[in-house]
Parts: sequence; C-alpha cells; structure tokens
Amino acid sequence: MRVPEKTIRRAALMICGLGCVAFLTGADWRQFRGNDVSGVAQDASIPSSFSSDENVAWKIELPGRGLSGPIVVGDRVYVTASSGFRQDRLHVLCFDRKSGDKLFERQFLATGRTMCHPKMCVATPTPASDGKRIFAFYSSNDVACLDLDGTLLWYRGLTHDYPNASNSLGMASSPIVIDDTLIVQVENDAESFAVGLDVETGKSRWKKERPKRANWTSPTFFTDKESGKSLALLQSSAGVEAVEPKTGERAWNFGDGASTIPSSVVSGGSILIPSNGLTVLRPGTGAEPDQIWNDNRLSPGTASPLVVDGKVYVVNRAGVLQAADVTTGSLLWRLRLKGPFSSTPVAAGTKLVFFNEKGTAQIVDASGEEGEIIGEGDLGETILATPAVSGSDLFVRSDKHLWKISE
Amino acid sequence: MNRMRIQAALAPGGVAAILFAAILFTVILFTVIFVTAGASHAAETENLVSQIKAVGAEGNGNEAAAVAVAGLSAGGVDSLPEILAGFKGASPLAANYLRSAAETIADRQLADGAKLPASRLEQLVKDGKQDPRARRLAYELLLRVDKSAEERLIPGMLLDSSPEFRRDAVQRLLDQANDKRLSEKQVVAVYRSALSGATDEDQVKTISKALKSLGEEVNLVEHFGFLTAWKIVGPFDNTDFVGFNKTYPPEAEIDLSAKLEGQKGEVAWGEISTEDEFGIVDIAKSVAPHKGAVMYLTSEFDAKAAGDVQFRFGTPNAWKLWLNGKLLFGRDEYHRGMAIDQYSVSAKLKAGENVILLKLCQNEQEDDWAQRYQIQLRVCDSSGIAVRPVAALAAKSDPRVASSGGKE
Repeated sequence: MRVPEKTIRRAALMICGLGCVAFLTGADWRQFRGNDVSGVAQDASIPSSFSSDENVAWKIELPGRGLSGPIVVGDRVYVTASSGFRQDRLHVLCFDRKSGDKLFERQFLATGRTMCHPKMCVATPTPASDGKRIFAFYSSNDVACLDLDGTLLWYRGLTHDYPNASNSLGMASSPIVIDDTLIVQVENDAESFAVGLDVETGKSRWKKERPKRANWTSPTFFTDKESGKSLALLQSSAGVEAVEPKTGERAWNFGDGASTIPSSVVSGGSILIPSNGLTVLRPGTGAEPDQIWNDNRLSPGTASPLVVDGKVYVVNRAGVLQAADVTTGSLLWRLRLKGPFSSTPVAAGTKLVFFNEKGTAQIVDASGEEGEIIGEGDLGETILATPAVSGSDLFVRSDKHLWKISE
Repeated sequence: MNRMRIQAALAPGGVAAILFAAILFTVILFTVIFVTAGASHAAETENLVSQIKAVGAEGNGNEAAAVAVAGLSAGGVDSLPEILAGFKGASPLAANYLRSAAETIADRQLADGAKLPASRLEQLVKDGKQDPRARRLAYELLLRVDKSAEERLIPGMLLDSSPEFRRDAVQRLLDQANDKRLSEKQVVAVYRSALSGATDEDQVKTISKALKSLGEEVNLVEHFGFLTAWKIVGPFDNTDFVGFNKTYPPEAEIDLSAKLEGQKGEVAWGEISTEDEFGIVDIAKSVAPHKGAVMYLTSEFDAKAAGDVQFRFGTPNAWKLWLNGKLLFGRDEYHRGMAIDQYSVSAKLKAGENVILLKLCQNEQEDDWAQRYQIQLRVCDSSGIAVRPVAALAAKSDPRVASSGGKE
C-alpha cells in the first residue's frame, strides 16, 4: 500500500511538533540520575549561572530534610522529605512544574528504624516512577506507591517484614524500575537483601540474600543492544551482580569488590564500576563480562561517576574532577572544584553541574579539550541531593527548599 | 356512603388532615431513607476500614487495601471520624493506608472550599481511648481549619500518651520559661513541669541544663529509667565474629556462682555499674577493652505488675537480649553509631522478678572509632515514659512515671 505524500508530510510535521513540545517541556527524569540512570540529559539546556535570586523560576519551602533528589514526571515534580524529632514522618510532595504550586502532599509514619548519621536523614533515597506511579523509598525501608495524583496504591514496610534490615547510620540506596519491577537494595551488616517488587501490587517477585555489609550504593541497569534485554546491576562491597529484573536470577557476577558509596554507571555498552579506583566492564557473549581497563587513580569520593560523550568524569575525595577516556581509561584533564560533594553530578548536554555541600553549583563546560568552569550558582543552603534536569530546567533540593532553576 | 366519606375528607379540616398525613409520611420515608443510607454508608466505611486492617506482611492484602483506600478516599468528609477511629488496632502498615485516605478526603474538602468537621475532630483529639496516631492526625487536620486549637489543646497534653503531643506541650513550657517576667522560683517550677512530660533527649537535655544552672538537682537515670547495675561475665571468644551465633553457658543457665571457661581462661561473674548521667555502662573502661570478645550482662527487674514494656537501648556493639530465658531479639552490627533509644524491643514483664540477659559482642577493628564497648539500657512504656522497678517506686512517688507493667 502506498502512503500518500501528504500524509507522510503531516506525520513528519506532527513528529517534529511533538519533539518540539517535548524539548520545551523537557523529558521525564524519573529516578536517581534520570530515566536511564546515567545522570545525563543530552538535549537539555540550563543556565550557566544562577544564584538564590537569579534564574530562579520558583523556590518552595519543604516540610523536612532530604538527601533524596527530585524527579520529574510530565508536568509535575515529586520529592520526598522526612521530619519530626525521630524523623519518623515521611512526606511525598508533588508540585506543578510550571508554577511550583503544591498539588498534593501525603504523609506516612515510618514502620522501620529511623536512626541515621546526623548528616543523613530518613528521606535519603531518591524516589522512582514508571510514568504511572511514584515509588517513595526511605531509610526506614518503607516503600509507598502512589498514583500520580497522590492516591496510595500499596505500601510495604521492608523492616516491618524483616526486622533486622536496618543500618544505624541510615540507608541510602535509591530504587529503580525495570520491566515492571521495582528493584530495591536493603543492604546492611545484619539482614541484607535485595527485592524485586511487582509495581502493580508491591508484592515481592523475588528476594535474594546479599552480602552482609553496610552498602549505600544504588542499583542501575544494563540493556543489551541486540536483544533489548535489561539486567539489573546490584553493587556491593563484594562487586557487582547482574540479575534478571523479573526473577532475580543471577546472569553474571563481578567479584573483585566495589565501593559501598558511589554507584556504577552504564554508558555505550560499558559498565563503569567504582572498584579499585574505576573498573570498566563490557558484557560480551560469555558468562562473565570482559574487563576493559582499570585505573586506581580514578577513585570517586561520594559522588558517582558521570559519562558524557565518551568521557568519564570522576570527583575524588579531594574535590578534584578528573576526566578520562571511557574506551582506554587514559586521563585527559584535571580540574579542582570547590567541594566537598555528596551530590552526584548531572549533565545538561555538555554542561556538567556539580553541587557542593555548601549549596554552590559549579558549571563545567566539557565540550573542549580541557574542562572549564563557565559559571557558578550559589543557593546558600546545604545541598546533598542529586538534581534533576529536564528541558531548560534544573530542579534541585536543598535542606530547606525545592528550587527550579531556569532562564 | 363512599361519596359521603370522600366529601367529608374533602372538607377543609379533612384536607388539612390529608396534607398532614402526607407530610408525615414523607418525613418518615425520608428519615428512613437517610437513616438507612447513613447506616449503609457507615457499614460500608467500616467494611473498607476492615479490608485495610487486614493488610499484612509481604504485601499480603495489598490489592484489597488499595481498593478500600480508593473507596474511602472517594467518600465524604463525614466518614473522616470513622476512618480515624479505625486506627485503633491497626498495624503500622494499615495505619498508613488509613492516613492516606483521611488526608485525601481532607485535601479535597478544603480545595472545594468546604469545611472539616472541626468539633468531631476535636472530640477525637481529646478522646484518650482513641489511637494516638489517629488523635495526632485529627489534631493536624483540625489545625488546618482552626489555628487556635493549639492554644486550646496542647497545654493539657503534657502527660499524654502520644509523644508528639507531649513534645509540643513541653516546647510551650520551654518557651514560657524564657519569659523574663518570671521569678527564678517560677522558672524552676516551669522547667520541673516541662521535665515531667519530656522524654525526647534534646528536650530533656535542655531542661536539665537549665535546672542545673539554677542550682537544681536532676536525676536523669531515674527520669529515663536506665538500669545502671549489672552482673557481668566474660570474655568469651568472638574472633572472626564466631561469638554472635555461638551459645556460651550463660545462654543456657545463669548461675552467678559458676566458674566458666572463657576466651583466655576461667571467668566468673562480677559486678559492673555506672554513675553516668545517661546510664552508659562502659565495659572497655570499667572492665577491660576486650577485642574479639563476648560479654554477658544480667540484671533483675522487680515488676509491680505484669504488663507490656519496651527495652530501649543504645550500643555500638552487636547484641542479643533475653527476658526470663526467652530470646527477644539480636543484632549483628558493629560500630554504626550509638544513641539513646537506638533500639526498641517490646516485651511482656511478669509480676515480680524478671531476669534480663544481654550478650554484648565486640569485634576486632583497630580504628579509633571502633573501640567503644558500651550499653545504655532503659525500661519504658510504648510512649517512652520510664517504667521503674518496685524498689525505685517505693523510694520515690512520681505520678508521671509508669509503674512496672502499667501506669499508676
């Protein structure tokens, strides 16, 4: 059947139009480090400089602290917080992306332990979304699933179910959604496990024991280009275990150990693991992935590595940003930043955004041969959370506020 | 004959009678309809609340609870008091479903410019038989439509069973104590009053510091209900963490006269006590800085009556806790911090002597921050108010403090 040229033109125009709308409003940023857990919004364009009163579209006071980053779903921004002397009040908040108007707030009482290191808090994990639901997870190992309008769909108390699953310093792992499964790592010294929860019901599709050691890293996933099949990557002090999202069955294992704070990142068929510095794997046809390179000089501090346009960016404990070639591991340049950092950097195109703990963002242009700080943004409040990038907007949460940075 | 009756009925008085009868019938009919509908509505709410309360561990009952939350959330504001009353006996999981429904209804009601049932909410706040979680939620909903409720309700909450209400009441007194017009004697009285309701560490520390600066004595060990005198035996072996799951003799039998085979030779029960203001028993300092070791501590608690209590404690070491020979809980975690009320373990005391046994494990880490070998344990009710043994109760009568096994 021949499709009329007019119809093709109309379809092309419609696709272009939709593309423009998507660019203007911005794509979703549905979980920690975005939809693909890379921390990169390739087509985004954000201001190169801002301050507490420059390029701030809106700023909303939050009812409690949080190291959890905001997420963006459609025209809404969601964020979690915890409050109260015992930090046992768990909040899920939803704001209109354009106006900053609060659309709803739900509160829950923690069913697990809420003790944390003073720097951390119960709302440390970033929530996740599958575009239809919000999954709010907390250090107390409570999981609340709400629809986008705030109606509770299901609730799990993973410490309620497994009473020894806790860490007196607090838990930090942010869950991710793959194949209609919410992957949650609950790893600590006493009762350590990972679960795959059915997004519809909250019931466990699988639960598997994990190394009994405190672990604050977040899961990520690797998608095989040919088969389109995704594997969840669970990092721990023991290494990285790749599992089938729906069954939890192990596909392969990297057992050379890994960091328990910064998390792995996947880019262009490679998995970059904070292990003995940085170790890069490339899953092949064999049971175990091939190790491409390792460099113990590329050792991330708290922030997870970031990969943009074939370069990996690592901030070490001294606050020095190092750029290296993803393919070879060769060091390309170094740049001293003003730290310290808890927040993981994100990229809007080739602009890399580093928020330090004092609330100052340093914007690094990574398009040239050497990295260059092209702007700063001082919000003047403690920032420990990883921001979200969408279209022309940067959403960041400080200890007290949720900010929308936009020109 | 029939025609005559009709005519009589159509006479002016007869018309009024018919109208009256019709109105009466209508009123009765609508009353029946409303009462039936109300009863049906109440029954439906009750049914939905029951579905939510059936939610269990591992996500069991989640699907039914989701349907019930949607049903409740779609309901009118009149169902709010029933939903809040449903908190009674609800598990922590179920209470969160109920809370969500109540918040959704209140949000919608207020967004529509309508009112919340303030007087019914206030009634619920004041009703001590209702669940503290529901009373607190009712109070917070009430505040959204009546800010003056705080002034009216909080001052009377100093000895409330809800720690959140008590905290607010204590804070009001702390603010009051800063009033420069008060005499020193009045300030002391205000702080003493505040201390009677305080169980949160930050507030107690603030009050204690203020009272001491005014020359007053404060006994925090008594206030919190810390156990400060123990029998102790050890060390037993915990190299390579073998001790946590190993059963040493004190777990089988507590014989205070026994000589036992320890890690480095024969060991016997001794005594350990503390003068620490916050009841911290320091094994590293008072006994020895054992490494790769297990120590057992035991204490007797003479309860006035049987009842539910909580053992709340802090330790940077791995531990197991038994009451009257029954293992309550254990945790294999080392040096992840220590805080007052770090752990909370529910237990049931029997009337009379109760034997508490603690197993405290130290690892072999050499870092400076991994040398603490300590425990700080108290007995309290579910809201954090100290539960004291008979001897302490006899020594001092304090109406605030719960007697062992229940409040006075």
